[in-house]
Amino acid sequence: MREPTVVAADYFDTYSVVGLLAVIGVLFVAVAFGAGRLLRPVVPTPEKLLTYECGVDPVGEGWAHTQVRYYVYAFLYVIFAVDSIFLFPWATVFAAPGYGATTLVEMFVFLGFLAVGLLYAYKKGVLAWT
Amino acid sequence: MNDALDVAVRLLLVFVAFLVLPLVVGQTEHKVMAHMQGRLGPMYAGGFHGWAQLVADGVKFAQKEDVVPKDADRRVFQLAPAVALLPYLLVLVAIPVAPGSVGAVVDAGIFFALAVMGVGVLGSLMAGWASANKFSLLGGLRTAAQLLAYELPMLLAAASVAMAAGTVSLTGVLDAFEWWWVPWQIVGALVFFVAGLAELQRPPFDMPVADSEIIFGAYTEYTGLRFALFLLAEYAGIVVLCGLTTVLFLGGWHGPWGDDGLGWLWTLLKTAVLAFVVIWLRVSYPRLREDQLQKLAWTTLVPLALAQIALTGIVKVAIS
Repeated sequence: MREPTVVAADYFDTYSVVGLLAVIGVLFVAVAFGAGRLLRPVVPTPEKLLTYECGVDPVGEGWAHTQVRYYVYAFLYVIFAVDSIFLFPWATVFAAPGYGATTLVEMFVFLGFLAVGLLYAYKKGVLAWT
Repeated sequence: MNDALDVAVRLLLVFVAFLVLPLVVGQTEHKVMAHMQGRLGPMYAGGFHGWAQLVADGVKFAQKEDVVPKDADRRVFQLAPAVALLPYLLVLVAIPVAPGSVGAVVDAGIFFALAVMGVGVLGSLMAGWASANKFSLLGGLRTAAQLLAYELPMLLAAASVAMAAGTVSLTGVLDAFEWWWVPWQIVGALVFFVAGLAELQRPPFDMPVADSEIIFGAYTEYTGLRFALFLLAEYAGIVVLCGLTTVLFLGGWHGPWGDDGLGWLWTLLKTAVLAFVVIWLRVSYPRLREDQLQKLAWTTLVPLALAQIALTGIVKVAIS
């Protein structure tokens, strides 16, 4: 199956429609915020402007130290997500005439790598909460 | 019809759908939850079964004072609701409703939808960080953790459909659709839907906003219109997720009969049923803990999605 030739200008036409919609969206939010400014009262008091902390005065800074316990997942995610992006262009051609079995084997190699990676993480105890 | 007019009408329809459908889902949620929990729900506003409740809510939100805490990162704080909401408007343009009825035929539709939906989560992260509130920060961190865990199974499940159809265009997927794709891709569909729910932070995946633990997560400091936009983003997200699941896994406008004239009805019906399931899950399941959440994603959904990809590959090569 041959794809018809697509002229770049036509191709970007759809994205200009998307861009137009984005402009409409931004306008919508801007109008909503603008109208809100006209409608609502503004009566700030020092107490009102405090950050909320269960009704008592906030202790220390809001940007407090927190232990990010799942940073290992973040690494896992980056590795996996970057890999899986490559699936999409491949997905459109892998069953084309002349590929068939070869690409299927390639797919299993790819899945194998991912599975081994996941298994390794599992064995290392990364996927269990401490 | 004139090209410019055609585009204008399409964009207008998308925009109207974006404003109306989330409200319909919201009103349905009021009523379905009320019935499932044996109570009345809002009954007063508008007279008949409280149909105008969300309009009344909107009026209230618009009149409420907009408080930005003194310590907050002002600009980021004020911008966050817009960042959370607008991506769903943009995804809506790419979802085909009936043959020829789509806001814009985006060539890399699946890719576009997933990429833009990912931006929506950024709004919650911005809100969580900019509020300078400890609860908000915790909520933001939980949002990030959830995104990391569930973006991947969602991507993999969507890739499986792209493999089946041999295209990444949403209209292309529907053109290639056959009825037996539903049982063939059912595992991928479940993974996609569950992961999508988690990305929207809907119960039972509402750890990031868990009101009994961290007030309202990243949205704790928000009031008035900006808070309303976050709520609208949640419901627009439900519409988009259900629409995408319909198009990718349930055949969109294809039905047992009447594909040509009534295609749009099939799309809306399938989307509505999925939206009902979203509400149903909220009423019936308790909130997952953070570790259960990560465990579900990495040890269940990701392997299932990989298995679905293997199955799709084998079947596709076998039949071609």
